[in-house]
Amino acid sequence: MKKYDAIVIGAGHNGLTNAAYLAKSGMDVLVVEKNPWIGGASVSRSLHEGWTYSNCSYVCSLFRPEIYRDLELARHGLQVIPYEGGLTFMQDGDYFGNYSDHERHHRELARHSKRDANAYDRFSADVSRQTRLIRPFLMRTPPDPTSFKPADVMELVHMLKTYWDLGEDILYDTMRFWTMSVGDFLDEYFESDVIKAHMAGSGIIGTALGIYSPGTAYVLLHHYMGDVDGSIGSWGFARGGMGSIAKALAGSFQSFGGEIMTDAGVDKILVKNGETKGVVLENGDEHYADIVVSNLDPKRTFLKIMDENDLPPDVVKKAKNFKIRGSSGKLNISLDGMPTFRGIEKGHELLKADFHFIDSMERMERAYDDWKNGTWSKDPYVDTLIPTQVDPTMAPPGKHMMTVFVQYCPPKVNGEEWTDELRDEFGQTVINQIAEYSPDFKDLILHAEIRTPRELENEVGLTEGNIFQGELTMDQLLFNRPFPGYAQYRGPVKGMYMSGSGTHPGGGVMGAPGVNSAREILSDLSRKNVTPEAFSDE
Amino acid sequence: MSNLYDTIIIGAGHNGLVCANYLAKSGRKVLVLEANEGVGGAAITREFAPEYSVSACAHLLHLLNPKIVSDLALNSHGLKMAAKGLTTLSLSTDGEHLTLDRDSVSGKALLQSDKKVYRDFQNKMRRFARILRKTFMTRPPRLVHKNRKDLMTLASLGLSVRLMGRDDMRELLRIGAINIYDVLQEDFQNEHLKAALGFDAVLGSNLGPRSPNSVLSYLYRLSGQVGENDSAVSQPAGGMGSVTEALKKSAEAAGVEIRTGVAVSRILLDVDKVVGVETSTGENLKSAEVVSNADPKTTFFKLVGARNLETGFSRRVDNIRMQGKAAKLHLALDALPEFTGVSSDQLGNRMIIAPSLTYLEQAFDHSKYGEFSNAPALEITIPSVHDQSLVPAGKHVLSAVVQYAPYDLRTGWESQAEVFKQIAIDKIEEYAPGIKDLISASELLTPVDIESEFKIHGGHWHHGEYTLDQFMMLRPVPGAAQYSTPLSGLFLCGAGSHPGGGVMGLAGKNASAEIINGGKN
Amino acid sequence: MSVREADKRVLRTPFYSRASELCQTNLWSPWKAYTTVDCYSYVEEEYFAIRNATGVFDLTPMIKYRISGPDGLAYLDKLMTRKMSKLTPGRVMYSAWCNDLGHVLDDGTVFHLEENLWRLCSAERHMDWLQATALGFDVEIEDETDDVVGLAVQGPTSCQTLKAMNLSCVENLKPFQHMSFDFEGTKLMVSRTGFTGDLGYELWVPSEYAEKLWDTLFEAGKAFGILPIGSHALDIVRIEAGFIQAEVDFVPALNVVRAGRGRSPFELGLDWLVHFDKPVFNGRRALLKEKEEGSRYRFVRLDIEGNKPASDSFIYNSKKDIVGHITSATWSPSAKKNIALGSVEMPWGRLGDELYAEIYYNRELKWNRLMARCHVVEGAFFDPPRRRETPPLDY
Repeated sequence: MKKYDAIVIGAGHNGLTNAAYLAKSGMDVLVVEKNPWIGGASVSRSLHEGWTYSNCSYVCSLFRPEIYRDLELARHGLQVIPYEGGLTFMQDGDYFGNYSDHERHHRELARHSKRDANAYDRFSADVSRQTRLIRPFLMRTPPDPTSFKPADVMELVHMLKTYWDLGEDILYDTMRFWTMSVGDFLDEYFESDVIKAHMAGSGIIGTALGIYSPGTAYVLLHHYMGDVDGSIGSWGFARGGMGSIAKALAGSFQSFGGEIMTDAGVDKILVKNGETKGVVLENGDEHYADIVVSNLDPKRTFLKIMDENDLPPDVVKKAKNFKIRGSSGKLNISLDGMPTFRGIEKGHELLKADFHFIDSMERMERAYDDWKNGTWSKDPYVDTLIPTQVDPTMAPPGKHMMTVFVQYCPPKVNGEEWTDELRDEFGQTVINQIAEYSPDFKDLILHAEIRTPRELENEVGLTEGNIFQGELTMDQLLFNRPFPGYAQYRGPVKGMYMSGSGTHPGGGVMGAPGVNSAREILSDLSRKNVTPEAFSDE
Repeated sequence: MSNLYDTIIIGAGHNGLVCANYLAKSGRKVLVLEANEGVGGAAITREFAPEYSVSACAHLLHLLNPKIVSDLALNSHGLKMAAKGLTTLSLSTDGEHLTLDRDSVSGKALLQSDKKVYRDFQNKMRRFARILRKTFMTRPPRLVHKNRKDLMTLASLGLSVRLMGRDDMRELLRIGAINIYDVLQEDFQNEHLKAALGFDAVLGSNLGPRSPNSVLSYLYRLSGQVGENDSAVSQPAGGMGSVTEALKKSAEAAGVEIRTGVAVSRILLDVDKVVGVETSTGENLKSAEVVSNADPKTTFFKLVGARNLETGFSRRVDNIRMQGKAAKLHLALDALPEFTGVSSDQLGNRMIIAPSLTYLEQAFDHSKYGEFSNAPALEITIPSVHDQSLVPAGKHVLSAVVQYAPYDLRTGWESQAEVFKQIAIDKIEEYAPGIKDLISASELLTPVDIESEFKIHGGHWHHGEYTLDQFMMLRPVPGAAQYSTPLSGLFLCGAGSHPGGGVMGLAGKNASAEIINGGKN
Repeated sequence: MSVREADKRVLRTPFYSRASELCQTNLWSPWKAYTTVDCYSYVEEEYFAIRNATGVFDLTPMIKYRISGPDGLAYLDKLMTRKMSKLTPGRVMYSAWCNDLGHVLDDGTVFHLEENLWRLCSAERHMDWLQATALGFDVEIEDETDDVVGLAVQGPTSCQTLKAMNLSCVENLKPFQHMSFDFEGTKLMVSRTGFTGDLGYELWVPSEYAEKLWDTLFEAGKAFGILPIGSHALDIVRIEAGFIQAEVDFVPALNVVRAGRGRSPFELGLDWLVHFDKPVFNGRRALLKEKEEGSRYRFVRLDIEGNKPASDSFIYNSKKDIVGHITSATWSPSAKKNIALGSVEMPWGRLGDELYAEIYYNRELKWNRLMARCHVVEGAFFDPPRRRETPPLDY
C-alpha cells in the first residue's frame, strides 16, 4: 500500500487544519474519518428533510482569523455572519436584553440597575484586558516549565515577561481572575441578579463546574476571547451551519493535494520499535506514514486506538485520570414557524441571538447541583438560538431551526447508562422549560433531535460527550493540557502527534490546536514553517 | 508631646501577642489593647457552663510555628501540651471507623492498595506542603522589579519548586489549583477514606470537596505537619487559652504592656499617617505605629474608615470573601460518652464525622443557598480525656466544629441556632448512642456569634477565605499584603494577612519583621 | 408592548424639535445616548457666532449627577484632586478625578447648588465609581442626566442676550458662579461656565422646559446675532481655549485596556487642579510619588508653523526620534494660527524645545509629507479679556 508522509486521524476542524498545513508545506497527507461525513463536532447535517442542523457546535467566534485568512477559507466557501442580540427571560415576565450597541446596552442595563449599567464598562475593560493578554498565546505552543531546553525557557520567560510588564496592579487582578469563580467575579461588578445570571452562562458552558466553582472566570474568558471581524467577544453563524467550516477546511486541504477517506475508523495506531508506522482501520486496511496525528481526545487516543504496551505507563495513567466529564446536552429542533415568546414582540432583534431562561444565580448553581448529583438539570441553563432568522439556508422559507445547548447533562444518569426513554425525558425537560415562555412552541415542533453525552460520544467520538475534548480546569490548561509533559502536541511515541481540542488552547472551534500542532511537526521534520503568526493588537 | 508608646497593637489574639513580643524585643515600647476581658482573641479557653471550660473557638493546635515557640520561650512561660500527635478517627455508625495517622491508615474495610495509596499520597502532599510552608516564613513578595528581597523570595520559591524534580513539579502545577475530590478519585478506592481526607480539605472553609482550591486548603492544613513540626495535632493543657496565656506572659516579660477591656473605636490619622488610637471611652493614645490584629474589614472600615482610603483600595477590601461557614458546639457531659466501636482510650483523639465525599458535598450545597446542612460534618474532640482541669472531677466536655453553618443564613440565626444545635447533637447521637442523656449543658456558636464574641467580621476563623485569589500577595488585598497599608504607620498582623489563620503565629511574626524594617515596600 | 428605550437606536434630546428645524445640513452624530447636530449650516458661520456674537449649544448628553447629603463636601474632597472647601453655594468648580493609580478618570464641573446639594457634570459616566467612593460617607448619588437639560450660550453678546431675557443682574455673575431665576414657573439656573474659553454662560432647566427655554433664548438673542452651533464648531473653540476632551486627548482611566495608556493630571497639564493640603483623596499617594519621581508625559499646546492641520501627527524631537503625538489639531480662525494639543514623553515639550510634527496632506489627491516646526506655548491660543470681565461690556 501507498505510504503517506502523514496520516491525520479524524476529520474534525482541528484535524483538517492540521492536515491542511502539513499539505501546504508539500507533504502527502491522508485524513481518515470514521463517519461517512467530515467535520467531527463542526458539522452540518440534514436529519429532517429541508432542515440543516449544526448538530454539535452551533456558533463561531474563537476560530482563529489568521487561519481563516491564511487558508483562504472564504474562497473555499466559508462565510461567517456576526449576530447581535441575546436575552434572558425572567420569571416575572420581563427580560434582560443584550444589545451590542454600547449606548442601547447601557439603557437596558440601567433599566435593571443604574449602577450596573456603569459597572459594565469597568467589567468590559477588565475582561478585554484579559482577552488581549490571552489571545497572543492561542497560536503558540505552551512552554514546559520543567524543561531547561532553551526554547522552553525562552517561551516561559516571554510569557512571564508579558504578564510582568503589565504592572503590579493588573498582574494581581490577572492572578485573581484566573483563580476566581465566575460568580464571585461578577459579584464584584454587579448587583442585579438577572444581569449576573445572563453573563455567568459563559463561565459554565461545556464545563463540569458551577458558577461558584473557582476557575470558571477563566471559562468566561474562553468564550470572550474570540472575535468576528476584529470585534472581540462577538459571535457569528457559519452560513450553512458549522459544517461549512469543515467543508472549507477540507477544500483548502484538498487544494494542497490532500486526501480524505471517510467511513474509515481507526482501530489502532501502528507502532514499531517505538516509532509510529501508520494506522490500521477498523476494516483491516492498513495505511502507512511515519507521522500519525490523532485529532481524537486524549482518552480515545491513548486508551482506545493505541496499545498500552506501546506507551509509557505514566501516559496510560494520565489518560485514565484525564478529566473529560460530559456536562452538556443539545436539542436541534425543526419548527413550522417562528415561535412567540412571552413579553417580547415577535421577530424582535434580540431574538436573533442567544436566549436563556435562567434569571438568577441561585438557579444557575442549582442546575449544577443536579448534575453533581448524577442527573440532568431539572431547571437547566439553555443557550438557545434560531439561526434561520439570519441564515436562510438552514430551513425552508418561513420555517425555522432552533438549536438548544443544554447545561447540565451528565454522561450517565445516576451512574447508569442513558436509555432512549431517559433521553426523551431529558429532551422533554428542556422543551417544557422553553414552552413556559413560548405558548406556541410545542405546537410548532416538527422534529427534534435530542443529544445527550451518549449521542455525542457515539456519533462524534467525544469521550463522555465533553465538548472541549477535556475539561478547561487549571490542571488541564496551558502546559498541563492534555497532561503535564505532553503539552507540546508530541505524543509519547516518535512520530505520533496530537492536534485536537484536548491540547492547548482547548475547544470551541478554534483551529489553534491544529495549527500549533502542525507547526511542531514541521519543525521536527525541519520543514519550512508555513503556519501564520498571530495578528498583533498593540 | 512625645508619645508614651512606639507601637500600639489592636487586639491581643495570638498574632497580636506574637507581634508585640518581637517588637518589644526590637526595643520598642509596645502597648496591646484588647477589647475583651481576657487576652487570646479566638484562641481562648472559657467557661460555657458552670465549671465547664472549653477552647471556645479554635480547639486543636496543629500549625503553631515552632520557631515562635522557641523564640518566645513559650514552654517556660507555661505552654504545655495535654496531648500530642493526636490520631484522627473517622467515625462510622457501624463502628468500623478508620484510624488515620501520619503515614498509615487502618480500618477493617480498607484494601491493601488504599493503605499504600494513603502513604504515598501523604508523602506527596507533604512534599508540596513543604513548598507552601516555605512561603509562610517571609512576607509575600510584591511583583515589581525594584525590590531585590522580593525578587529573591520569588526566585527561591521558583527554585525550590524546580528542585522538587520534574515529576513532583508537574504534579504540583497540575493539582495545585483544583479540587480534592478529583484528586482523591484518581487513586483511592474507599469512599470513607476519601471523605476523611476530603474533610480536612474543607474544614473551616467555604468550600466543598468538589470546589477548586480545596487541594490548596488541604496543603495548608498539612503545612503544620512538615519540617520540624511533624507531630501535628495537639491539645494544649488548659485549652487554647493557655497558648495565649503563655504568649501573654512571654510578651509581658519582654516589656509589652497589655490592657484588656479596652476597645479601640478608631485609629487616629493625620491625613494618611497614623498618630494613635482612640478607645471607646474616648481616651486618645498616641503612637507612630499602630498594628491591627483585627480582620481587614474591621481594620479598614471600622477603625480607619473607608473615607480615609482611596476608592480602588477600599473596593478591594470590600470584595474580600470572609463569611464563616463553621459553627462551634460545646457539650457538658456527665460522663465519658461511648462512641460505637471506639474504645474509651481512643476517645482522646480527634474524631470526625464525614462518611463520604458526597455527604460532605451535599452538606456544603445547603450552605450555598443560605441554609445550614441538614446532615452536617463534624470534627469532635473530648479535651477532658487528656485534661481534667477543664471540668468538674469525673465529668467531660465535648467540643466540635460543625459544618456547614453559613453566616448569612437566609432565615437569620436567631430562631434557627437551636434547631441547628439539635441537628448537630442528633448527628453525634447517631455515632454515640446515649450521649444525649449525658448532656447537662450545651452551647452552639454560629458564625454570627463568633463574629460578635471574637469580633471577626463575618465570623470566619481565618479572617478571610483561604483560596488562591486571596493567597500570598493577594492576601488580604494587594496594597496591604506586605503587612504595611496605604496609611503610613498602620500595619496588619492578623490571620487576614499572609500566611493566614490556624493559630500559627506567623502573620504576627512576619508583620513584626516588616515593622522593624520600616514597612518599606 | 411599549417600545423600550433600548430598542431605539438613538434618543432625541428635548431640543430636537427646534434643532432639527434649524439644522439645514442634516448632519448628526450620536453623542452618548443622543443624536446631536454636527453642523447646522456652515462650521465657519457657527464658529464666528461664538467668537463674534452668541452661539448656542445643546448640552443634554452631558452626564449629570445629583449629590446630596451632610457628607457631600467631604465626599467630593475625597473624590476630586482639587480642594473643594472653597466651593460654597453659588459657586462652580472645575476639577479632575483620579483612580488610585493617579490616572484621570475624567474632568468636569461641580456646582454647589445649595446647602448639602451638588451637581457633578462630566463627559463620561461614573455611577459605579461614585457609588464605590461613597462607602463611609452619608451621601446620596443620583443620575439626573435625563432630568436636567442645558444650553451653552457663548460669545461676546451672550450676556446681552441673557439680559434681554430679563434675567436681572445676570451681568454680575462672575466666572464660575451660578444663580437661579424664575422662569415660566420653574427655576432657571445660569452658570458662567463653558467650553469655549470666551465670555459665556450655561443655562439649566428641568427637561420639560427645554423648548420654552430655547424659544425664549432665541427670541431674546435675535438682536445679538444668536445662532445654534454644532459640535464641529465647538471643537475648534475648545482647542483654541486649550481645553482637553475625554476619549480625544486622554483615555479615561476606567476604559484603559493596554498597560500605560492612563494619564495623570500632571501629564495632562492639570497640575493646578491637584491639591495635597487636604484629606485623603483618590490618587493622592500615586500623585505624590509622581511629583517626587517625575511624570512620564507632558501635555503640550503647540503652535505649528505653516497652515496644514496636524491631526494625528507624530511629534519628533530635533534628532528625529518620535517623542509623542498630536491629540487635537485645528486651524484657529481667531489666532490665525495652526494649533494643536498633544502628548509628549518627558523631558520633551519644554518651552523652546525643538519639535516637529509630521503632517500628511493632500492636494488634488496627491499626498505630501511635511515636517513642520512646533512651538510649545503656554495658556490658551485665544484668550479674550471679556472672558473674565464682570460685568461684561456690551459688545
